[in-house]
Amino acid sequence: MRRSWPAALVLALAASAFAGEIPQAERRSGYDFMSRQTRAMQDDDPTNPGMLWVLEGETLWKQKPAAGRACADCHGDARTSMKGVAARHPSFDRAKKRPVSLEQRINACRVGRQQAASMPHESRELLALTAYVARQSRGLPIETAVDEPVRPFLDAGRAIWERRQGQLNLSCSQCHDDLWGKQLAGNVIPQAHPTGYPLYRLEWQSLGSLERRLRNCLVGMRAEPYPYGAPEMVDLSLFLMWRARGMTLESPAVRP
Amino acid sequence: MNRREFLRATGGFAAGIGALIAVEPASATPAAMQDAIRQVVGSARVSAGRVKLDLPPLSENGNAVPLTVSVESAMTQADHVKAIHVFNEKNPQPDVVSFHLGPRAGRATVSTRIRLADTQTVVAIAELSDGSFWSARAAVVVTLAACLEDA
Amino acid sequence: MASALINVPERAKRGEVVEIKTLVSHVMETGYRRTQLGAPIPRDIVRRFVCTYNGTEVFRAELHPAIAANPFIAFSTVAVESGTLTFQWTGDNGFSVTESARITVE
Repeated sequence: MRRSWPAALVLALAASAFAGEIPQAERRSGYDFMSRQTRAMQDDDPTNPGMLWVLEGETLWKQKPAAGRACADCHGDARTSMKGVAARHPSFDRAKKRPVSLEQRINACRVGRQQAASMPHESRELLALTAYVARQSRGLPIETAVDEPVRPFLDAGRAIWERRQGQLNLSCSQCHDDLWGKQLAGNVIPQAHPTGYPLYRLEWQSLGSLERRLRNCLVGMRAEPYPYGAPEMVDLSLFLMWRARGMTLESPAVRP
Repeated sequence: MNRREFLRATGGFAAGIGALIAVEPASATPAAMQDAIRQVVGSARVSAGRVKLDLPPLSENGNAVPLTVSVESAMTQADHVKAIHVFNEKNPQPDVVSFHLGPRAGRATVSTRIRLADTQTVVAIAELSDGSFWSARAAVVVTLAACLEDA
Repeated sequence: MASALINVPERAKRGEVVEIKTLVSHVMETGYRRTQLGAPIPRDIVRRFVCTYNGTEVFRAELHPAIAANPFIAFSTVAVESGTLTFQWTGDNGFSVTESARITVE
């Protein structure tokens, strides 16, 4: 008893220093919190509604926009060229001097290299291309590079995660770090790892992006939802992907 | 109300639905669903059995509830399932879907995803080639997404 | 999104019962929802799904608004001969999508 007391103190201090952070080994995808039936919907490509967007994306990949080149003209077969890309986004964009999301990266190509218009957020085309690209990383571990240029944005994302916001004065961390696994109004609180985006959400009856889900969360918390593509949105997405580093990407996933 | 009064109140329906009500008098199925079932079976008797209705007892989201219905049948020319009709109690409309099969199906098993507006009972009625009707029912508890959202 | 996704085995033994899975992209608007301003959103659903095997109907479904968006239907058919399976979805506002798949039966 006496000999273990200092050890217990060290453990207690360590626990408070990383207050709330889920230990790496205990991290679980939202998949694990779903019912057997919803998992079955995701597991089988012929039954996964997200595949409708992936197939559309495959068509768009090869289609030339009015004036410019098709994605395939530069990138060839997406199965090889896009492998790992979604698992590494958001990633640092040297020209913009900040991290960008996969959607922003695709639009940058669309405008800058394909002489086509930017695709609106949550539009059918942007979702289809993002789903198609993300599908090529399915089964791969999430690996967000955290080198010096990215660090301040990662810290900004973490600050948003930990900050109490909105009318309910809740932080993301309170539910998703401290209370995951418990029930909220009949549903289990997941750990909130973006392991399957873009995903088919039964609530939306459609495929949607991580940013759409984050806006939903913020509205649910009665906090101001950041606009699509806002720096806060990308910083938070970056932090979430970093928090889920090493976990397997399931895109396109299905979630309730 | 006791069972006798209940059967009298439902009048003509009782004779038509037969075993369906007699088996479970306590859970009075709403009139609209009764009506819809009657449109399909007419004055024939519906017996409970031979149909298996697979629905999750607790659905995470009423927008897409997976459903599988299967009927014991050899599916031969002489003896097969002609159709399977699915009904619900609490949606704005009682009809969900009608599947038309036949001996070419090989197996009388069909799966789909349905919408359920609330916790309720779903009924499946199979129409066999010999003119008989068989049924099964399943209750589903429907939860909604926790953080009601609109963005 | 792609109009439809069908999953049919490429080959089967004669007499084998094969499982077919289909997904069609459709919002299945029930007709019971309203816009933010209260105006009703008209019904827009897939109403019928038919599968023919070398021209003969082997399966049919009549759908109502209670079928979930992006309708999924899985059913089976006996592999009687090699040929083409055709799938057609029709519905409100002239909706019509047709897909087909070949099956080799040995």
